[in-house]
Amino acid sequence: MAQSKTAVIRSDLDIVIARTMARDTARALGFGAIDQARIATAVSELARNIFLYAGTGNVTVREVEKLGRKGIEIVCEDQGPGIPNIDLVMQDGYSTSRGMGMGLPGARRLMDEFVIRSQEGVGTTITCRKWRN
Amino acid sequence: MDSSLRIPILKIGDILIASIQVALHDASAVQFKDDLLQKIHDTRAKGVIIDLTALDVVDSFIGRLIADIAAMAGLMGTRVVLTGLQPAVAITLVELGLELPRVLTALNLEKGLSVMQRLTAEIGDGSV
Repeated sequence: MAQSKTAVIRSDLDIVIARTMARDTARALGFGAIDQARIATAVSELARNIFLYAGTGNVTVREVEKLGRKGIEIVCEDQGPGIPNIDLVMQDGYSTSRGMGMGLPGARRLMDEFVIRSQEGVGTTITCRKWRN
Repeated sequence: MDSSLRIPILKIGDILIASIQVALHDASAVQFKDDLLQKIHDTRAKGVIIDLTALDVVDSFIGRLIADIAAMAGLMGTRVVLTGLQPAVAITLVELGLELPRVLTALNLEKGLSVMQRLTAEIGDGSV
C-alpha cells in the first residue's frame, strides 16, 4: 500500500499524462466512473495551473487511509512564483492568465479535501483528497 | 503521444461532423478550433456537430474552447451542436461551474443530426 506515482509537468502533453495516471489509480482503488472523472478533471486543472504559472512541477498520486476509509491523495508541487492571495484565487472567475478562473475553485469542488500552501517566490503545494464511498 | 494530432472533420451535405476520439492536449485542441473554423469558411457549412462520446474528461480548458468554437462559428453564421456527453462529463462540467449555457446539445449523434436539420432548414440557403 501507499505506493505513489509521480508525473512531471513540463508541457501541455504532461497534463494529459498526469490526469490519465490519476484516473488509472482511482480506478485501481475502486472509485466509480463519476468519481474517476472528478479526480481526473481536478488533476487536469491543477496540472494546467502548474504549467501556466510555474512552468514545471510534479503531480503525485497515492492511496490514503483514514479511520478505515480509503481514498486517493493528489499532491501538486511547484517552485513557481507562489500565490500572493489564496482567498482571491479561490474565488470563481478570478484569473490572471488565459484561464477562466475556475481551475482552483472548480478542482476544490470536485474533491473532498483541498489545502493550498504557498509562499511568494518559493512555490505552491496543493494537497487534495477524495474518499471512496 | 503525437503532438501533430489532427481531428478529422467530415462534410455531409451542409453539415460538418467532428468526432473527438482521443484525449486532447491543449495544443491539439487549439489546432482543432482553428481547423474547424477554416473548414466552416471553406465549405460554407450551415452547421457543425461536435461529438464527444469518446471523451471521458472535459476540463475547463476544453470546455471553454468548445464554448468559444460555438460563439465563433455563430459569428460566421454557422450553428454548433454538441453531442454525446457522457454522464460523468456532464456532472463534472456542472460541478466545475462550466454549464455551457449557450451551446446547443443533443444526447447522441443521431439526435444531433435531427436538431441540426431543423436548425439549418431555418437558415435556408443563404441567398437573398
